[in-house]
This record gives sequence, C-alpha cells and structure tokens, in this order.
Amino acid sequence: MEVAHATHAEVAAQRQPGRVARTLRSSIGSKTLMAVTGLGLLAFVIVHMLDNLQIFLGQERYNGFAAFLRSTGPLLWILRIGLLALFVLHVGAAVKVWRANKEARLEPYVFRASVRTGYAARTMIVSGMIVFAFVVYHLLHLTFGLTHPELFALRDPAGHHDVYSMVVLSFREWPVTVSYIVAQVLLCMHISHGASSAFQTLGITHPRWLWLKQGFGPGVATFIAAGNIAIPLACWIGIVQPGTGA
Amino acid sequence: MDFTLHVWRQAGPDQPGHMELYQARDISPDMSFLEMLDLVNEDLEKQGIEPIAFDHDCREGICGMCSLVINGVAHGQQPATTTCQLHMRHFRDKDSIYIEPWRAAAFPVVKDLVVDRSAFDRVIEAGGFISVNTGSAQDGNCLPVPKDAADTAMDAAACIGCGACVAACPNGSSMLFVAAKVAHLAHLPQGQPEKRRRVLAMVEQMDREGFGHCTNHYECEAVCPKEISRQFIAEMNREYLKAGLQAH
Ligand code: HEM
Ligand code: FES
Repeated sequence: MEVAHATHAEVAAQRQPGRVARTLRSSIGSKTLMAVTGLGLLAFVIVHMLDNLQIFLGQERYNGFAAFLRSTGPLLWILRIGLLALFVLHVGAAVKVWRANKEARLEPYVFRASVRTGYAARTMIVSGMIVFAFVVYHLLHLTFGLTHPELFALRDPAGHHDVYSMVVLSFREWPVTVSYIVAQVLLCMHISHGASSAFQTLGITHPRWLWLKQGFGPGVATFIAAGNIAIPLACWIGIVQPGTGA
Repeated sequence: MDFTLHVWRQAGPDQPGHMELYQARDISPDMSFLEMLDLVNEDLEKQGIEPIAFDHDCREGICGMCSLVINGVAHGQQPATTTCQLHMRHFRDKDSIYIEPWRAAAFPVVKDLVVDRSAFDRVIEAGGFISVNTGSAQDGNCLPVPKDAADTAMDAAACIGCGACVAACPNGSSMLFVAAKVAHLAHLPQGQPEKRRRVLAMVEQMDREGFGHCTNHYECEAVCPKEISRQFIAEMNREYLKAGLQAH
C-alpha cells in the first residue's frame, strides 16, 4: 500500500475548500457525527418517555396530549423529519465506523481477553440494529396502526382517536409487551455506553464535567429503561385499565 | 518453573501463520519474559528449529521496542509494565501461556511476533515535531513553562510508542498514541505555532494508515505501560474538531 505523506504546508493548503466535509469524513468527524446525533436521539427518547408516562394520568389526559401533538401540524412534521435525519445520520455514521473498525483488525487473537471494556460497549452495533428493528415495529404498531387495525380504529367519548385504549389493549398481548421490554433492555445497554462515550468523543476534559463521561450514561439509561418498561408492564398486569368507549 | 507456550509462528509477511506448541523448562522466577524466550530460543536452536523472532532493545522499559500479546493482554496482565519488565514470578508454575503479535491491519506481521510499526513513524513525520532554527541551545530558563503545563506535557511525553494501545483496541485504533504525541507538544509554549496544523496532519495520517476509529472501550489506557490517560484522547478530539472546522 502506498501511503501518502502530508507536510504541514500541504495540509494547510489543501484544507480550505470543503473543510467541514473533510473534517466530518475523518475518523474523529464520523465519531462526532455519531455523538451529536446520538445525543439528539437521546433527548428525543427522554422527552418521548416523559410524554408517555402521562398514560398513568388517565385516558383524557393522554388522548388530549396526543390530540394536541397532532394539532401542531407543520411543527410536528418538522420534528419528525429532524428526528428521521438524526436517525439516518446516526446509523449511517455507525455503519461506516463499524466497517472501518472491522478492516482495521482483520485477524483476531487466538486468546481473547479484555481488561476494561464491557459487554454493552462491545455490542453497540448489535444493540443499535435491534433498536432500529424495534423502531420500525413500533411505528407500524402505534403510528401507522398496521399491526392492530381494530385497536387503531377506537374512538374515545370526545370523538378523538383513542390512543390510550389502543396502547393499553395492545399490551394485553404478551408477545407485544415482551418485545417492547426486550427492546428497552437493549436500548438501555446502548445508551449506557453511548451517552457517556459521546462526551468523550466531544472532547470533555474539565474535571467538573467528568461525570458526564462516567456515571451519566448508565444513569440516564436506567432511568429511561425504568420509565419505558413501566408502561407496557402496567398495562399488561392491569394497573392501567382500558378507557371508556373502548 | 515450567511453562507450556503457544506461540504464533509466521515465516514472513505474506505467509500463513499458526500457533505452535513449545515447552519452557527450568525457568527462574526472576527472569523477565524476554529472558524466558531467550532460553526457549537457545533450546530451539540446539534442536535445529528456527528461533522465535520477537522485538526488543533496551530491556529497561523505556524504548518501546518490545511487544507481545500475552494471554490476550498487550504486555501481559501486569499493569503499567512492558514485556521486558514483566517477570516470570507473576505466572504460576506449569501455566499455559499464549504469545501473539500485535494484531492490527496497520501493523503487518514481519515474522513470528515481530510487526512493522512504521505507521507510527509516519504519523510522527506528519506533525509530531516543532520547527525551530538550529544553533546554539537557548538558555532553559528564558522560556517559562507553567508547572501544571509541564506536568501534563510530561505525562503525555511518557509514551514510548510501543503500540500496545493499538494491539489492545478492539478497533485497532491508535488514538491513545497519537493523542499523547499531539498533547505533549500542544501543552508547551514551543508547540503553539504549529498546534493547529499538527493535530490535523497527525489525525489525517493516522486515518490514512488504516488504524480504526476509537469507540471508547479504554482498553488502550488499561494496557499502556506508561499509563497514558484517556483524557488526552478527548483533548485531541476537541482540538481536531476546532482546528478542522475553523476558517483560516
Ligand atoms: C433511539 C435510538 C438511539 C440512541 C438514543 C442512540 C444513542 C447513541 C449514542 C449517544 C452514542 C454515542 C456516540 C459516541 O460514542 O460518540 C451511540 C453510538 C452508537 N450507536 Fe446509537 N443510538 C440509537 C440508535 C442506534 C441505531 C438504530 C444504531 C444502528 C446501527 C446505532 C448504532 C450505534 C453504534 C454502532 C454506535 C457506536 C458505538 C461505540 O461508540 O462503540 N444506534 N448511540
Ligand atoms: S525492550 Fe525497551 S521497552 Fe521493552
């Protein structure tokens, strides 16, 4: 392999046009893209969980919030497109980095050992892929209403789309509940490494902020998993009951 | 002490390699790992077998020439220790020991346990220096260096460039090495004029050499014989982004 040589002067001269694209295409740039989009997705996941915990406040509140979201019209679409862009960029960068990393270590060790890294860190691509599959299923289930059309058609006494009863009744089916819980465990693993890792990637070194690179990931991941698992579980075991009109 | 060794043998760069079984007998617990291999090699030579090729130079833990992945860990299990400073008393009598070369696409095997680490040299050539006019040496005291900057620079400069970080990284990434080399100059006044170009050139050379991308496993920090901190990697990430995105 011919390896090009770059002197200081060449680097400076070559860089000006397209410096942003060039920086983002580098190894550190790809990781930065993954970190920024990952943190964006994390922010969404937290807000989304808090929104959905309103299911514990009853049918009226929950359906009212759903109706409010839909009433925002174009704003909702801007958010959805932004979210999709984050997802596409995150997965795109992840696949690029994963492939480059496989190429960088072709021959495995006969005796394999690791000193510090953990299971979650080593399986990011797997947990990511499973979360991706889950997101597709989740959209088919609750956004497009393709998996349970009869529940999707429910109306509440106010005449709104009865999101509340749809959610509660679909979690009465154990395979649905189990798949949601499994996906949340994987998301928890993904975030527990990812959220701390992102701050290392973004270059945090100040002692005041080191907690972001240490406890923050596992902490926020556990918080999200607890909230998100509580919802299907509560519906399944009957703590949350279907609404009136269903 | 006696050991059963499983050693990677490979005749040349493009030859297929395999693990070979050898016995190490009558090893003193006070021998270093490399002295143990010297004895095994003497034995092999007597039997007319090609001795095991491995890298070494100072045998004092300061040159960065020795390598070896021992039972899956670069430089062996003993923390903050190079292979040449690893003593056999840390093993148990009759242990099986697996000995493999650094594994990374950017470090091709030359022979047996010897790999080509010249990719590191090219990263240094790309920017790991300061440009000054030569002449008579300046008086040391006319360039004040704050104590904390000197300490941080020295922590980074402790890197001996052995490549254990690359060998330990599941992604074959050399971020810890490059980060240490970027940081030890970036913290000193002499390193300021070229600070920005240095980080760009070194990171881009690192990418060209085919090292992987850091995904923050921190295996590098765990095996580093000089205990270089992962904080230098974060610092390099930040400096690279700043330098790369900023207009001239
Ligand atoms: C809601 C969904 C997701 C969230 C909140 C999320 C969050 C994150 C965060 C914060 C990071 C850290 C970035 C860094 O280390 O700098 C990350 C890394 C990563 N993500 Fe995701 N992610 C999600 C979905 C996905 C999906 C669908 C994939 C599918 C391929 C994926 C694959 C990866 C990979 C491979 C990494 C890098 C692993 C590493 O640094 O070791 N993620 N993710
Ligand atoms: S031989 Fe010099 S550091 Fe080990």
